Amino acid sequence: MTEREHSTLLGERSPAIIAADGGSATALPPSVRRPRGEGWRTRLEIALLAGPALLVFLGFVIFPVVMAGYYGFFRWQGYGPPTDFVGFNNYLLIVQDPAFQEALWHNIVIVVLSLVLQAPVAILLALLLNRRMRGQSVIRVLLFVPYVISEVVVGTGWSLMLQTNGALNDLLEKLGLGALAQDWLANPEIAIWTLMGILVWKYVGFAVIIILAGLQGIPEELTEAAQIDGASYWQIQRRITLPLLGPTLRIWAFLSIIGALQLFDLVYIIWGQYIASTAGTSTMATYMVANGRNAGNYGYGNAVAVVIFLISLTVALVYQRFVLRRDTDGALTGGTRR
Amino acid sequence: MTATSSIRLPKGPRGAGLPWGSPLVYFIALVVVAFMLAPIAYIIVGGFRTNSQIILDPSGWPDPWNVGNYLDVLVGGIFWRQVLNSAIAAIATTAGAVGLGLAASYVIARYSFRGRGALYALFAAGLMFPITVAITPLYIVVRNLGLMNSLGGVILPQIAFALPTTIIILVPFLRAIPIELEEAASIDGCGRLSFFWRMVLPLSVPGVITVGILAFIGSWNSYLLPLFILNNEATFTLPLGVQAFSSQYSVDTAKVLAFTSLSMIPALVFFSIFERRIVGGLTGAVKG
Repeated sequence: MTEREHSTLLGERSPAIIAADGGSATALPPSVRRPRGEGWRTRLEIALLAGPALLVFLGFVIFPVVMAGYYGFFRWQGYGPPTDFVGFNNYLLIVQDPAFQEALWHNIVIVVLSLVLQAPVAILLALLLNRRMRGQSVIRVLLFVPYVISEVVVGTGWSLMLQTNGALNDLLEKLGLGALAQDWLANPEIAIWTLMGILVWKYVGFAVIIILAGLQGIPEELTEAAQIDGASYWQIQRRITLPLLGPTLRIWAFLSIIGALQLFDLVYIIWGQYIASTAGTSTMATYMVANGRNAGNYGYGNAVAVVIFLISLTVALVYQRFVLRRDTDGALTGGTRR
Repeated sequence: MTATSSIRLPKGPRGAGLPWGSPLVYFIALVVVAFMLAPIAYIIVGGFRTNSQIILDPSGWPDPWNVGNYLDVLVGGIFWRQVLNSAIAAIATTAGAVGLGLAASYVIARYSFRGRGALYALFAAGLMFPITVAITPLYIVVRNLGLMNSLGGVILPQIAFALPTTIIILVPFLRAIPIELEEAASIDGCGRLSFFWRMVLPLSVPGVITVGILAFIGSWNSYLLPLFILNNEATFTLPLGVQAFSSQYSVDTAKVLAFTSLSMIPALVFFSIFERRIVGGLTGAVKG
């Protein structure tokens, strides 16, 4: 039972995305065999048990997503049925809007920097913590605390700290590093790095936890054998651990990329809808809320949502096809996959 | 009930009997942990200062310590109303997601019928639709249902968006319950529904706890959906409340800090109670 529980979420997530692609449901392993026939009673049970979930899911997930596609073709203020059909006009406006292009660029920067900044830190920390020693679990938990705290708390706290007369600048001055004091939030050359710093701070614990799990899936026999053959600690990490960590890293990178493409909360809370664009931290999602709902242009907002979705989907499918695919038929995974 | 602990982590009384690591490892860990906790400490400690202390010495220590800000927040009704709203939303979301998700997972895992695979694929595909994409039409759906400014308008969509994860975690879990058990129960005259109540439910407790925690924390911290649905301050959940409070009292930094740190206590308490489960659940999630 335990193994099953552990092989779940992400293991099944990749087939899920494949299924979204081709509509094939082959990902599902065969069910428990069942000798009884399909009587009306069985059908009633199925309907009673699965019906409510299906209803809620269709009504609040699938229906809105489909409607987003529909509303995106209208100029619509959100009241009454949409009538002003504008075809692909919204989409043209989006693609041509420099503000959207900027937001998209910021998203790309955030995606790349999240991977580049978090991966080395997370791998080193995970390697450091992947040994049986006292206090290991306490350290692990403390690293994870920022991940559990809500984005609003994180955003409020950091934005107070980072004000020009806030704690960080004051601390720098006390340390004699006054020259380093900055307008962390408003200076467009720095703000994106500030955002990256906060993102790394909040999410690196998650990466560490995931990588630690991957490390624990690597058989100890391998490292022991290498030790006997005279390999040094770093040689073992580089030649054995890192390659075997591949599947874990690729899944973490996938989650990180999708999360970065849809980043909203932190930016919106710290920079607000207007300042985000001048500070150079706006994202596609903050653009969507600012120009859709807050501007009263619901048709336009929906079109932006569709664009975000299509970009995420494309990235996800390309990633599945060219990166994660190695894990489904690669030999590397033999070590960590059960 | 070995559940999530099968990952090879030190078990039992924490750390007892384990060797000490090298001082260098502890030193690096200490630096990193300090870096992770400093901003949180800033929020909590800052709440004990007065505004003049904060203005004169932004990064200083409270001198003297001042509990007035915390007392103000705790005595005022706003904070407690928001805690209540957040708790109602989180508990209802958790109950709904677990209840509906468990029932649907049971069908997918243990009944064979045409369309079973498609049903599973449909729920699983839900992972591809984050709430960010659906938020605008979702807002319109909720408005048409007359659920604006009510917690129900937040709870129902949250249940729906929690279902994919819930089902994907629970289905393999339920499928692992041996068929022999069900056959034995059936010989004893136990129908599939009562098998569900008497056997499946108790046996799936570890999985249920994992998905329950994920749903609870997701709801407790959720921001975008309440931002769209709840415009009336009486219905604000804590994240909205923190934001409203910090813009309303933007001059009163100390009070904002006190409010913010009080608002993270429930999440921290919840996390420390279920820490093993959360970390275990997440690590389990990527073991595949």
